[in-house]
Parts: sequence; structure tokens; C-alpha cells
Amino acid sequence: MQSLSSADFAPIPNSQEVHGISRPSLSYWQDAWIRLKANKRALMSLYIVIFLLLFTIVGPWIWRVSPAAQDLDQVSQPPGSPRVALIVDDYTPWFGEGNPLETGLRTFGDPTTQVVRLQWNALPGAAGHRIYRNLFPLGPERAYGIPIGEFFDNNTLFFEDRLDLKPQNYYYSVVALGQFGELLDSYELIEVDVKRVTTIAEALEQELVSHTSNFQIGDAIDMAWHPLGTDYLGRDMLARLMAGARVSLFIGIGAPFLFVLFGVMYGSIAGFLGGKIDQVMMRFADFVVALPFLLFMILFKIAFGVGPGESGVLPMLVALVILMWPATARLVRGQILLIREQGYISASQLLGAKTPYLILRHMIPNTLGVVLVTLTFAIPSAIFTEAFLSFIGMGVVPPTPSWGSMSNEGIKTMLTTPHELIFPAVIISITVLAFNLLGDGLRDALDARMRNQE
Amino acid sequence: MWLYTFKRLLQGVVTVWFIATATFIAMHNVPGDPLLNDRAMTPEIRANVEAKYGLDQPLATQYFIYLRNLAQGDFGISFTQENRQVNDIIREHFPVSAILGVLAVVFAAAGGVLWGALTAIYRNRLPDYIIMFFVILGISVPSFVVAALSQVSLVNLNSLFGTTVLPVAGWGTIFHMLVPAMVLGLGTMAYLTRLMRSSMLEIISSDFIRTAKSKGVPPARIFTKHQLRNAILPVVTVLGPAIAAITTGGFVVEIVFAVPGLGRFFVEAVQQLDYTVIMGTTVFYGAFLVFMVIVVDVLYGFIDPRMSMK
Amino acid sequence: MTKPILIANDKGFAQSAVKQLGLYAVCTIMGLAVLMYLLSLAAGNTGGGSGISGINVDDNSITITLGQEPPQLDSGRATDAASSSVLAHAMEGLITYDQNNQLVPGVAERWEIREDGATFWIRDDAFWNDSRPVTAHDFVFAWERVVDPITASEYAFILYPIKNAEKINQGELPKETLGVHALSDQILEVEFEQPTPYFDKLVAFFTYYPIREDFFGSTNGRYGADADMLLYNGPYMVTEWVHGSSMLWEKNPYYWSEEKGFLDKIIVSYITTDVNTKINLFKDGQIADTSLVAPMLPQAMEQRWQIDRVMDGTVFFLEFNHREERITSNLNFRKAMSLAQDPNELVYKVLKEAAYLPAQSLFPVWVQGVSEQFRKEYPPREHKIDVLKAREYLELARQELGLDEFPPIVFLTGDTPISLLASEYYQQLYLENLGLEIRIDAQIFKQRLAKMTSGEFDVVMAGWAPDYFDALTFGDLFASWNLNNRGRYSNEEMDKMIRIAQSELDPLIRMDAMGAIQSIIEEDVVLIPMYERGVSFVVDPRLKGLIRRIVGADVDYNYAYIDVSED
Repeated sequence: MQSLSSADFAPIPNSQEVHGISRPSLSYWQDAWIRLKANKRALMSLYIVIFLLLFTIVGPWIWRVSPAAQDLDQVSQPPGSPRVALIVDDYTPWFGEGNPLETGLRTFGDPTTQVVRLQWNALPGAAGHRIYRNLFPLGPERAYGIPIGEFFDNNTLFFEDRLDLKPQNYYYSVVALGQFGELLDSYELIEVDVKRVTTIAEALEQELVSHTSNFQIGDAIDMAWHPLGTDYLGRDMLARLMAGARVSLFIGIGAPFLFVLFGVMYGSIAGFLGGKIDQVMMRFADFVVALPFLLFMILFKIAFGVGPGESGVLPMLVALVILMWPATARLVRGQILLIREQGYISASQLLGAKTPYLILRHMIPNTLGVVLVTLTFAIPSAIFTEAFLSFIGMGVVPPTPSWGSMSNEGIKTMLTTPHELIFPAVIISITVLAFNLLGDGLRDALDARMRNQE
Repeated sequence: MWLYTFKRLLQGVVTVWFIATATFIAMHNVPGDPLLNDRAMTPEIRANVEAKYGLDQPLATQYFIYLRNLAQGDFGISFTQENRQVNDIIREHFPVSAILGVLAVVFAAAGGVLWGALTAIYRNRLPDYIIMFFVILGISVPSFVVAALSQVSLVNLNSLFGTTVLPVAGWGTIFHMLVPAMVLGLGTMAYLTRLMRSSMLEIISSDFIRTAKSKGVPPARIFTKHQLRNAILPVVTVLGPAIAAITTGGFVVEIVFAVPGLGRFFVEAVQQLDYTVIMGTTVFYGAFLVFMVIVVDVLYGFIDPRMSMK
Repeated sequence: MTKPILIANDKGFAQSAVKQLGLYAVCTIMGLAVLMYLLSLAAGNTGGGSGISGINVDDNSITITLGQEPPQLDSGRATDAASSSVLAHAMEGLITYDQNNQLVPGVAERWEIREDGATFWIRDDAFWNDSRPVTAHDFVFAWERVVDPITASEYAFILYPIKNAEKINQGELPKETLGVHALSDQILEVEFEQPTPYFDKLVAFFTYYPIREDFFGSTNGRYGADADMLLYNGPYMVTEWVHGSSMLWEKNPYYWSEEKGFLDKIIVSYITTDVNTKINLFKDGQIADTSLVAPMLPQAMEQRWQIDRVMDGTVFFLEFNHREERITSNLNFRKAMSLAQDPNELVYKVLKEAAYLPAQSLFPVWVQGVSEQFRKEYPPREHKIDVLKAREYLELARQELGLDEFPPIVFLTGDTPISLLASEYYQQLYLENLGLEIRIDAQIFKQRLAKMTSGEFDVVMAGWAPDYFDALTFGDLFASWNLNNRGRYSNEEMDKMIRIAQSELDPLIRMDAMGAIQSIIEEDVVLIPMYERGVSFVVDPRLKGLIRRIVGADVDYNYAYIDVSED
């Protein structure tokens, strides 16, 4: 029961400012961009993708280590291992000379990563000797370790170990062999602490010291620094990852981009035109889809015949595009068929919209969501295909590195030097994750139906 | 509907012929020589071997013999396993791949729909994040890494219990199948989960759900009849290729878990350039795939009444 | 004013949806369980076994793995390692090897090798597994069949020392003219084409195994294709063969010797090549033995396994293409490439395999000379890396060839991890030491062989595994007529020495010829030795008597037995 005054019934003065739309008119893509920016995960992923591209393209300019250079003094080194090494003379052969007065299993000279020299006296009852090296002290199992040498006579009483020596403690055993080379019970054991060394020639080659600088045998120098460690040939992991990124991203992004593009065009034309043309086009797609994918990837790989010195990247790309477009085409066609039945298309057609307009304005934006999801998944699947082919030995040809072949190499040593697997596997995972989240964000941002729901 | 199915089957036969021809051409353009071996052969011995495999005939004749045998379902004799028919090889090894594949597909499809629906319902809430974390893990780690890691875990599991809880490799019982099938289906499951999630979300915000809701349809009915059924459509579309990818893509799992499947055999055949096995396997898988696609398309017609099948 | 209805946020809806989903999930899991049960029934027919263990003391059985499915078990046509492994257990030739790799009587009780032929006296207690005796006729039939052109046996050449064998194989003579005769059921008489002092070593090879004619005829051309398509005379017989998956070997009750065949059953359950899978199976106690590769050694030490090692007999080398149009036909170029590398570095720093030996010669360390190791009687020239000298030779070669710059060198190699690793190493090595660009051409087995045969390479990474226990299996490799001489090396002096090595009866002159062959190879840098392959392996401590061999089966279980005392 409010009281009304006459003023309440006075007409509102005429104003130019009608109840206007306060938001500026935005294009489809501007709007999408705004909504993408609001999506933190997608934005992060976008940054990661940009970082990956920088890593690939600019990285080699900053970290100027050759991915092919081999540092055989630092093989399979995890990141952050100590690098100080003593300089020693070049290796010279040794024929067992030493002090004959000493007895038992003993070393001759300093045990270094270059060589460990062992001498011993003939064990009682032995017709020969076998030398073992172990990482662990001898237990009751009598597991001596790795057999690294054996002699089937009683005259050779020295052995040089040069096999993949690391700066650490080793337990060497010499075990007596019987007449037919069988193991006897008597043995001797010694613990040896191996020091990291390098030679002048090696130091010069790795550019650890310059020719002019003053250094001599016995000096300690720092070995080359490998921030992410080295692989099984002593190559720098960081440089390898950068070089591998080129191959993996080239295949991983290039191939899906090409075949999704082709698939979308193919599928939308078929789906929109329908009828006989659709039938024929889809028959062809069926034919291609009917080719067993992995089998034909392998067939193509051997049929293209990668020649000497070639990396095999391009044939793989071509094979991927040839074999993978129909999935996108089928998906897009399905969507188009669905959309075609929608009311607003008929309405649009009634209003006189032409075919190209319908495709551009309605069909493509409305299928973009599905296409982007496909593209998102196509990138990792292309990267995985490459990795899979590496796994069965049909991938890019060494020495060309790729993330897939690197993780495949790493898997063999995953229990002993996990960093060789972890780095490439993690970077693959990050890439895949980034593209997925970015795709998610794009899907949400580009979906025309969500536009008015803010 | 039946006419449609029949027509598709007929087309399928043509497709298989096409695949057979493509494989034949591809195979005969592969550089290398399947008859070469570690120990060199004298020309006389070589001629004898060539005659045995009909390689001394002109290419056109070889092609027609090949097609004629194919029509009779005969893939010929293996080059490396000289006394074995390719048919026998397929008959012995394909069921293994198929069993593993079927199990993996069921894992993937059931899991994908289930997790996908769950994540959509709990969008941006804790269950969504947890499931999506595993999905991301499932799709972002290469399958051979997953396979190798799971095998190592099995070894550790067994040594923890001091007995063989689950066998680490081999074939024969349910327990042999479990882990390989899960590893094999993992990628597809993750893929389907995401697809399901996004299509569920699309449906949730669509008009007919709102209409149904305001009409007072019970929520359970809305969910089953409208949302789930519509959301499954895109999943079904990709299921055909997914089945094919899984059954033919079991290579990694078959190698790592020592499963005697056809995939592993194919890789070995390729390394040996065993023409007949490569061609037989490829054509067989191709035919299998064509059949799967037809099945999926026909199913699609049943699920989605809007699609006209004329 | 109207907020859009977000059904997803509707609590009630979510709850009922989850309930609904839960119901589906339960149904799915139940369905899955049923499905898996049905599938396992189906899978029962596809082989494999369950609940097996590497060593089964109660059954007196062991479980082992085989690298790959044997293509077939026809001894006359087999060529590969897997078949030879099975045949070495399932069959026996005239002569065989004992635990210490010495020749001992097999089916033949004694034998005599003369200049013009040989005679074998067959023991009367050698039986086939259908209880009928093994006779001289079985050998005559088997050998005639091998050289018969219709059989198309790839190993027919190994019978060429027998009179007329080569001519029969080339279709010039009927197979009945082969110089082998059964004088009675017990006496086998062989005529030689030329003196063959190493014939006793040849007959131990599987191509010389016997085949019984009536049984062969009953198999309808499927001899050796299945377990029941073969007649056995070895310590074990194959009783089950599920292709691609498993085999079962059982003790052959009719086998004559009591020194072999102690196990009741050998289950070959996992036919796999994946070393990681094998080591996991071994760790899990499901197989009796496994070989180890370098990356697994630390793990093996941690497990406190008793690791053993053996040379497998194969030598690997870089073989040059000696065809005239190739740069590698230039001697100074080859010298440069040889001097710029060090096999020690390859083995110790790159391949890191504990059981490998840096190779010094084409003749591996285990080859026997006149009275002791060939290596000791004819020591190979010592090799020392000398980059400066290598560069001088390279410069000489450049002038001789009249080149401004060397074109890239095509380096043909296989696709195995080891060959790829080595070729990556060589690529960088030659770039740094000689400035040579190496183009790696990694090919699958058959494509590599095709390129080797047609000569599309400059350098090829090759290996040679011995066929029989004699230096000649390596010595005749670079004869100008040898088809396995893929680089087409041709040298009259070499050919002369090989002829002597093939037919000379005096072991001293014969080995001198081998020594000369070794010198020519060094002098002419026919090849660069890389490494001698060996294998590190580990065996369940309860299993004794397992032998690793250089020729024949890689792993020989014929003498193996389970020692319960260590359990």
C-alpha cells in the first residue's frame, strides 16, 4: 500500500540513449581468444607449447653442444655427477711386469677409469683363472659378479680391465679354473677404488683446456658439463633432446596438421553434398581406412627404402598423412550429417543462404570442437607412432635422434641409468599434456554454442 | 536395413580386393630379396627355391595365381617357415591377438564410457580432476614405456609376495591376459574417456535436455535415454577404428609380454621379408577391419534413429 | 534475469546419474568376468602354460626359452640357430661333441678318415624313437636328399666334399651317383671329391643328420613341420609343438647313451627375443636360464646371481667393398680407415659387453691350430691406433684416386641395437679422426643381404658364425669363388693358400696356409676386425651341466641335470 504521487506518472524525457547494448561487438575469434585467456590451464599449455617451439628452434643457438659429439669418458652419466678428473698419460699396453715379490691378488699402478691392472699368483690346483668384477662384496651365494676375463693356462697371471670403468668401488675376484674350464673353489678377492682420469689428448679434443694453457700430468681438471647428463655414447642429453625435438615435433605437428586439414575438407564436402558423391568419397575413405595402419606404416617404411645417410623422417610423415586422414574425414562427415538435420540449417537455407556460406558459417564452426579434439589427439598419436616404430626397430634411422628413439634406448637401461629414459619420456608426456589441455581450452573457447552462456 | 547391410558387405569384398592388390604391388616393390640368407646360394639352388614359390613366373601370372588362391582362402606357404601354410599361421596366432584385443577393447570401452560420464557429471570437481589425472597419464606415456614399467612392477609384486601372483609374461590363462590387456587398452580408454566427457558436456547444455528436465522427466531417465545415449554416438564412431588399432596394434604388448600373437609374427615376417606371410597377414587384417567398420556402421544405424540408412 | 539451468550443477541429477552409472559399472564388471572366463577357455587351445617354474624338482623338468620359433625341423633344409638348437637335442649325427667340445662317437661307434674317403661303423644300439634301429641307409637317404636339386637345401654346399655332390646339386648327375654307400646296415662308406681332412668335424653338423626313408615318405612333404612329422634319435624328442608359443621336449626312451638326457621334460614355453622379458621371467623364477646384455649386468650383480660367460664363436668385422669402382678398393684408403680406429675402445667404451673380446684377426681366439690355439701358433699382427699415420695414408689415397675431396662413405649395417650403436660410433670416429663423412645405411636383414650381394656399399658391418669346428670355416671366406665374399675380394695368392688349406692332409702345412691367409688379410686390409661375440648368462644354481657351444646349439641341455643338494 504505497502512496503514489503524481510525479510518478510524469513521462520520462525523450532520450537518445536507449537501453543500449553495453558490450562491444566481438568477432567469433576475438571472443574465443578472450575466453581462452580466462582458461588458466589452456593458457599455461599455450606457454608450454611456445616454450617447446623455442626450445626446438632457439635452443641449439644457446646450448651450442653438438648432439653427435661423443664423450667416451663420460658415458651414461646422470646429471650432477662429479666432474673432476686427473690428467694421466695415454694408455700404453702392459704385459704383466711388476714386483714379483708381492703376493696375492693385487693392483699394479693406480686404478683409474682408464685401466685397472691386476696381478696374482697362481691359485692352488688351478689349471687357469677367471677374473670377475663386482659392485657388491662377496656374499654366501658366491656370486663373484661379471666375468671379465679368463685364461685357460697357468702362465698368464695378470689382467687389464678397461671395460666401462666408472669412478667407484669395485670388488675384483680371481677364481681358479679346472682342466675343462670349470670353476673351482679357491679364489681371492680385492677391493679397488677407481679414480676418474682423462688424457691430454681427450681433454684437448673435448676442449676442456686450450693448447696454450699450462697443464701437466697429475693436474685436476673439470670434465665437460652436461646439465642433463649423457647417453650411452656419452652424448649430451640436452643437445640430443633439442635435436630430437625437431624430428618429433616435425612429425608430431606436421603430419596431424596436414591430415586433419585434408580430412576436414574431405569429410565436410562429402557430408554436405551427400548422395552419390558422398557414397563414392566415403568408399574411398573406407578403402584407405581399411588398410591396417601399423602394418602399412611398416610396409611403407621398408617399401620407401631409406637410403644411406637419410633420416627416414620424410617417408614417415608421408606415410602418416596417407594413412591417417580418413578418421578425421569420417568424424567430420558424421558431425556434418548431424548438423545438416538441425533446424537452423533449414532456416538458413530458407532465408537464401548459399552452400559456401552454410559450410563456412555453420558447418565448420560447429565441427571445430570435434576437429580440435581429433587434432589434439592426433599430435600425441603421431609422436607415439614414431616412438612405436622406433621400438620395433622401424623408426628414424640413427644417428638422427628423436624423443621416441631416445626413450626406446633409455628403456633398456631404465633400472641402472633411469635418466636416459626419464628425460625423453617426460618431455614426450609434457608435450602431449600441453597439446591436450590446449585443445581442451580451444574446444571450450571455440564452441559456438557456449558463446551466449557467459 | 538388411539390404543396406548386404550392400555394405558387397562393397567390403571390393575393398578387400583393393587391399590385396595394393599389398601385392607394395610387396613387389620392396627392395631386397626374400630368398637371400646368411649363407650364399648357388644359382642352381636358387632356381630351385624360386620355382618352389612360383617366383620364376612373370609378375602378371603371379598376381593371378595369388588372386585365385586368395579367392579360395589360400594365402600360400611361408618363406621362412617353409613347411607351414600362412593359413595355419593366421589360424594359430590370430585368436591370441583377437582375444587380447577384444579384452582390451572391452576394458577401454567400458572404462571410457564410465569414466567419461563420471568426469562430465563431476565437471571441475575433485573426481573429475583425479580421473583426468590418470587419463592424462594414460595418454601421455608411450605404450612401450607403460608396458615395460608394468612388467617391472609385476616382478616386484611377485617378489614382494614371494610367489607368482600374476605371471610376468607368457600366455594361457586369465592371469596372463589381465595386465597385457589393460596396458593395451589404456591409451584407447583414455581417448574414449576424453571423447565421452566432451560429448557429455555438449549434451548437458543442449536444449532437449532442458526441455526434458522442465517437462518433469525423471533424472535417471534423462540421463540414460537422452544424455548417455546421445553422448555415446561419437564414441561408437571411433570404436571401429579403435578396435582395429587395438587388434593390429598389439605389437608392443605382444613383444614385451611374450604373447604369441599375430602382430609379433608380422614384425618378424617383415624383418625376414617373408612375402606370403606379410601379404596374407595384411589382407587378413584388412578384411577384418572392413568387417569391423561395417558392423560399427550398422550399429550406428540402430543407435541413432536420426540417421537414415537408405 | 533468467539464469541458464545448468543441469550438471543439479545435485539430485548428479546423484541419480552416478547411481545409474554405478549400476552399469557393476553389470560391466560382471560381464567382464564372464567374458574373461570364456576367453581363457578359448585361449586354452592357443598354447602356453601356467604355474610353471624354471626348475621343477618333482617332475624333473625345466622351463627354458628359445629366441625364435624354429622355421622347421627338417635337418636337411634348416639354416638357422633356433632350428639347430632343437635339432641338437632331438637328433644325433654320426659324430657329436662332448661336454668339453671334443669330438666323440655319436651314432657311429668308430670311424676312419682316409685320403680318398671315410668309413663309419654304426653302433647297434642306436634307435629311432619308434624302436627301429638307425642304419647306414638312413644316412645315404638323408645325404642324397640334401644334394638333390629338388630339395633346394641352402646348406647343400657343406656336403660338396663328398664325391659328385656338387654336380648332383647342379643337376648334372642323378642323385644316386653320390659317393656314399651303405655296405651293410652298420657300415657307411664315403668317397671324397678331394682329400677332406676335417670331414669328422663336418659330419657333426645338422645337415648330415640321418632321415629314415619310409617315415619321410609318410609325411607327405611335411617332414619336420610338426612334432609328429619327425622321427627322433637324440636324447630328447619333441612331443608337443604349439607354433609360435611353446614346445615340449621329453626324454627319448630309445636313446642309447646314458650320459645324456637326464631330465624327464624340457618345456620351451616362451619363444621370445626380448631380453628384458627374459630377465624378468628369470627373476620371477619361471625360466631356468637367460642371457644378459650389458645394461642388465648391474641388476644381475645386485641380485647376487652367479654370472657365467662364453664365446659364441662369431666374429664381426668391417668388410670393405673391393669392387674396382669403389673408393674402398684403394689399399691406402683401407689402411687409413684401419689405423684410425681401435677395437678396444669399441668393445670397452661403446658396446660395454663384458663377454665380448676386441677382435684381432678374422680367426677367433678359440680356433685350434696344429697342437694348441691357432692364435698362439700364428699370432696376428698387433694393431695400434695411429691417427696421424692414418691421415698420411688418407692423403696418399686422395692423390692416387685423383680426388679433391672424398665423397661420403656408405656404411651398410643391420638394424639390431648393437650394429646401430657401433655404426653411430664409427660415424663420429671417422668424422673426427679423418674428416670422412660416413652415411649409415641401416637395413633389415634381407635388404642388407641384397645390398651386400649387389655390392651397394663401401663398408659393410658383417659377422661370420662358424659352421664347423675348424679354422677353414673362416679361412675360405675370401676365396674369389666364395659367394659369401660379398666385397668381391680377389687375390691369386689368397686363392692358392685356401686350396692348400682345403685339401692338404699334413696339419702343419695346412695351418701354415691358414697363417698365410691371416697375413694376407692383414697386409691387404681386406677387413677391419671389430669384436668376437660372447655372451654373459646366468643359470639357476640348481641346474648343472648346461653347456654353451660355439657350433651347434647355443645352449646345450643334453648333459643338464637338476642338483637337489643345493636347494
